[in-house]
Amino acid sequence: MSIDIKDIIKPENLVYQKSSLLTDRVMHYCPGCTHGVVNRVIAEVIEELGIQEDTIGVAPVGCSVLMYNYIEVDWHEAAHGRAPAVGTGIKRLMPNKYVFTYQGDGDLAAIGTAETIHACNRGENMVMVFINNGIYGMTGGQMAPTTLQGMKASTCPFGRDIERDGNPLRMTEIVATLPGTCYVTRHAAHTAAAVRKLKKALLKAFDNQKNNKGTSFIEVVSTCNSGWKMTPVQSNKWMEAHMFPFYPLGDIKDV
Amino acid sequence: MAKIRGAIVVDNVTCKGCSLCVASCPTDVIRLADEVNAKGYNYAYMHQPEACIGCANCAMVCPDSCITVYKVKLAETV
Repeated sequence: MSIDIKDIIKPENLVYQKSSLLTDRVMHYCPGCTHGVVNRVIAEVIEELGIQEDTIGVAPVGCSVLMYNYIEVDWHEAAHGRAPAVGTGIKRLMPNKYVFTYQGDGDLAAIGTAETIHACNRGENMVMVFINNGIYGMTGGQMAPTTLQGMKASTCPFGRDIERDGNPLRMTEIVATLPGTCYVTRHAAHTAAAVRKLKKALLKAFDNQKNNKGTSFIEVVSTCNSGWKMTPVQSNKWMEAHMFPFYPLGDIKDV
Repeated sequence: MAKIRGAIVVDNVTCKGCSLCVASCPTDVIRLADEVNAKGYNYAYMHQPEACIGCANCAMVCPDSCITVYKVKLAETV
């Protein structure tokens, strides 16, 4: 009945391995960062669909700025917040390519709000991935538009005050009201089940792009354990308790 | 009933010891080592290899893609 570990670890018994689209470079993200998971899932989706040669990613400004080092597809770096505009240009010039943008909340929901809303309103035929951790992770954990009420950040150490700082922004709900979007959904990547759901959503989003349906917008509610000053496991629990009630998971629009 | 045995291989050079895999494991197979790797992180390892069922939950949540999962089905020899 007993079997040696060496007999299990054989190529024919392989269940899961690192995607071949991911480079050998060690990711620069902090330990436990959701960016790493989402980068990996995007690589897996592109590999599964067999569209490596036809995919162009638009890298953002933020923690994920060096994302072009990790996935073996063509990339373009955009100015801060301008990824949807750059993606629009690429997709219009090369309509047969698969274009996706990848942005954090400081990029997509703060400096790039105009580009995001107009690209979605025009229904540019691309996939937009939005990583929302409620904080400006790279620059030192400052308050973002998506910071929750009462959530502490380095520029609001006593918690976000609605009277003074305004309300947190639900970007995904705003985008869902626009006619150009075909698929608007919110996911997380904190458990294996959530990662599998996220992967399905990304597969669907790339499929929508193939069928020229319009903009697919996927928000991933994420953690920033360095910025939140918690361990990765604690920040996942905090996210479940505090982020999910305000940013509920699930499909918001699916045409 | 066939018994399922799994095994994981952790790339302890790239592991950053975030312990998300430890929390995700349904059978408490994984723990963080007392030793550190070249970057100074306590990397993950299989503490109870015989309990692994090869579900790949750890690999799914690993932000640094450093876990490879293997699984075999053993025939019951009763």
